[in-house]
Amino acid sequence: MNATAKILTYELQDVLRSRGVIAYAVFFLLLTEALLQFGSSTASVLLSLMNVVLLLLPLVSLVFGTMYLYNARDFVELLLSQPIRRPHLFGGLYLGLAVPLATGFLAGTCLPFLWHGVEAASHAQTLLVLALTGTALTFIFVALAFLIAVRFEDKARGLGVALVVWLFLAVLYDGLVLLALHMFANYPLETPALVLTLLNPVDLARVLLLLQVDISALMGYTGAVFERFFGSLFGVGVASAALLVWLAVPLFFGLRRFNRKDF
Amino acid sequence: MIPVSSHTLSIDGLHKRFGALHVLRGIDMQFEPGSVTAILGHNGSGKTTLIKTILGLVKPDAGRLFFDGQKLSADAAYRARIGYMPQIARFPENLTGTELLAMLKDLRGNPAALDEELLGAFALKNELAKPLRTLSGGTRQKVSAVIAFLFQPSFIILDEPTAGLDPVASRVLKDKIIDEREKGTTFVLTSHLLSEVEELADRIVFLLDGQIRFAGTATDLKATTGHPELERAIAHLMTEAAA
Amino acid sequence: MTRLLLTILLLTVLPAQAQDHLTVSPDGPMQSVAEALAQVAPGGTVVIEAGVYQEPPLVIDKPMTLQGQGDVILDGQSEHQILTITADSVTVRGLTFRNVGVSFIEDRAAVKVDDASHCLIENNHFVDTFFGIYLARTANCRVVGNELYASGETETKSGNGIHLWYCKNITVADNYITGHRDGIYFEFVEDSRVAGNLSERNLRYGLHFMFSDRCQYHDNTFQYNDAGVAVMYTEHVEMYRNRFAHNWGSAAYGLLLKDIIDSHIEGNVFEQNTIGMYAEGSNRVVIQDNTFRENGWAVKIMANALDNEFTRNSFVANTFDVATNSRQSYSTFDGNYWDKYQGYDLDRDGVGDVPFRPVRLFALLVEQNEPSLLLLRSMFVDLLDAAERVLPVLTPETLVDTQPAMHPPMQP
Repeated sequence: MNATAKILTYELQDVLRSRGVIAYAVFFLLLTEALLQFGSSTASVLLSLMNVVLLLLPLVSLVFGTMYLYNARDFVELLLSQPIRRPHLFGGLYLGLAVPLATGFLAGTCLPFLWHGVEAASHAQTLLVLALTGTALTFIFVALAFLIAVRFEDKARGLGVALVVWLFLAVLYDGLVLLALHMFANYPLETPALVLTLLNPVDLARVLLLLQVDISALMGYTGAVFERFFGSLFGVGVASAALLVWLAVPLFFGLRRFNRKDF
Repeated sequence: MIPVSSHTLSIDGLHKRFGALHVLRGIDMQFEPGSVTAILGHNGSGKTTLIKTILGLVKPDAGRLFFDGQKLSADAAYRARIGYMPQIARFPENLTGTELLAMLKDLRGNPAALDEELLGAFALKNELAKPLRTLSGGTRQKVSAVIAFLFQPSFIILDEPTAGLDPVASRVLKDKIIDEREKGTTFVLTSHLLSEVEELADRIVFLLDGQIRFAGTATDLKATTGHPELERAIAHLMTEAAA
Repeated sequence: MTRLLLTILLLTVLPAQAQDHLTVSPDGPMQSVAEALAQVAPGGTVVIEAGVYQEPPLVIDKPMTLQGQGDVILDGQSEHQILTITADSVTVRGLTFRNVGVSFIEDRAAVKVDDASHCLIENNHFVDTFFGIYLARTANCRVVGNELYASGETETKSGNGIHLWYCKNITVADNYITGHRDGIYFEFVEDSRVAGNLSERNLRYGLHFMFSDRCQYHDNTFQYNDAGVAVMYTEHVEMYRNRFAHNWGSAAYGLLLKDIIDSHIEGNVFEQNTIGMYAEGSNRVVIQDNTFRENGWAVKIMANALDNEFTRNSFVANTFDVATNSRQSYSTFDGNYWDKYQGYDLDRDGVGDVPFRPVRLFALLVEQNEPSLLLLRSMFVDLLDAAERVLPVLTPETLVDTQPAMHPPMQP
């Protein structure tokens, strides 16, 4: 077992005992359970969950992630005074938070469906896409949080930056896209729109979910272009690659910074 | 300067800046095996930065460090031979002391040779079962001291080791330091208690504005400054600097 | 005894004489359906026994019953029409018609009734018959319990399942139609009834009618049709308890209304269509107690549709509830249930105290610029919508439900 795996094991023990992650899982559990109890249909339950996954999940991952790393500073110092290489520690810390968060999300959203059952196969597929995109967003936004936390020494400043990043990716970016689409309304926009979608992980996740949920509304030309793209092996490859880039780039710069950082 | 292999640690032309702040300005030091070096200086003189540089927590801007004749690099293996007790001990909140010790042992590959003497001397057994966040500051200091000695390092760094310890625990720790030095362990410590320094240290290094203002024995210091008491001698160095 | 002998003699010696009951079988004395039809007396019955019959085009020109016994297949060899009925009071029952063959010149059908009345076409099977049942200038007929299968690949090479042209008082009930151009097609049909049919996976419309006043459509299911259902240029249409579902595509409608006047659409379910109901130039249509569920657009209503009343409908999990092309609204929405409604009901009378505006600003943006649809369910778009709801600037101010229901009515 290498050092990353060892650190991960102890981080898991630590994080799983902290109330935050438990509360996070319980939140998803109660939310899903309540939606399934009181929601009118599985489709509307999935829609509500989708909104939570696209908005709340990135926010929680960012805030949790930055706070976690700021709070772990003493622990980091302790471990760095041990014979442990920094990349191993960084990897252990990252997985030590991202894995429990993703697990909490998955358990919270999927378990209620286990005992309530899923109405139709199409809903099961939507749930699967929801679980996958939610997990991907968790890993991406924890990576962004780590980059922010190692980049900014000051906790308040780091938290502020995290909120701005969330606001931009989850809300403002779409405003800019809408503006661009209307400014260039006279040109064929399907391909540029596709590219713009790939550039924002939240948008990418949203469109992947749209293709599951709002299939009837998306049956127009735009929808056809997108469905053909994301329905093809090539499209799935590009979408996965885009998500991986969103994961790798913050992790790379975060680690580089972490390696050079003074504690 | 050519590193001398008989030195446990040798520091050569060390510089460190934090932004506009030039914290260490050319530090050259050697630490003999089995010696106790006290690093003194007022707040912000660069003591903690120097310690953290030795531990690799702070990356120097210029200069080289040699540990047992080997140049320090990104490789972390040398830290297996260093014990460290930070000024304020803070641990992962939700782990118990037992788990923390188990984790550290595990991370070092569960070495067979362990020094758990302090564990008994501090009577920590019962405390270790509790989550670390519930422990008092003094108890955490004790846990921290246990960790510093646990892996039988050849070089131990103690940052304000007795601050927060009760007199009994303080005595236990000081006796431990004296014992280990006899066995050849090298110590670096900082302290505000000059009696402690006088009792433990073979050598005093006085840092001022990131430079070594004085290095030598307590006797040398008293002779140089003309003050028979260490406290006055130190005060003399400080006022001299202010002038 | 002599009389019996005489009868036997007559029967064998004079086979050309008209008879009340004839049996056709592949290996019996009578092997030709055409011959039997020629010989049977008016009002008589021809029973065909199990077998495959490849005959020239058949014609029934007198009142009679043609009935199958067992698995009877009349094969048109992909070359010609199979059966033409030109007389009143004809019953065709229990037969399988197959292979009519495509024609671009004439509307070939398996069974064509031309200028006749009181026919009954019941419990037959149709397999690859181009047009299946074709009624022209016909009245008081019943088309019941037939199953029509076609495997057409393009609209132009396919015929309609049940096709009515200039007809009156016809009942089309409990049939199953699939794979045709239009499942059920009406043109100039009056006072007729379409009930209990299932029309699915047709290449164009599940149901398509125009100029067909005073007809009733109830308890039918139209689903998975390429373009859904389209009804046009008609008055006094009554559609009750039908199900319009799974009609997906850029030009697919659960129900397309064009110039439909003074009609009732009640108790229907519109589920998972690209557009649930589309209304253009339709006036005074009462739309009530319907359920719109999981459609892209539940209702698209154009500004030239006037005085329609949407009452007690239920809108659930649609991407867009109502879209329109104008800032004006000439139809009313009252007492509907909207799952997107976020108002409250202080006096607990089941009616929300705050009006609901079902047209989203985003629906309008999408009308102008289709690619913006990609921003669906984005937080930014939801914020825009919320702002517009509070202070309508671009969406129709008058298209508003002032008495939104707090709970969905009990409906199918």
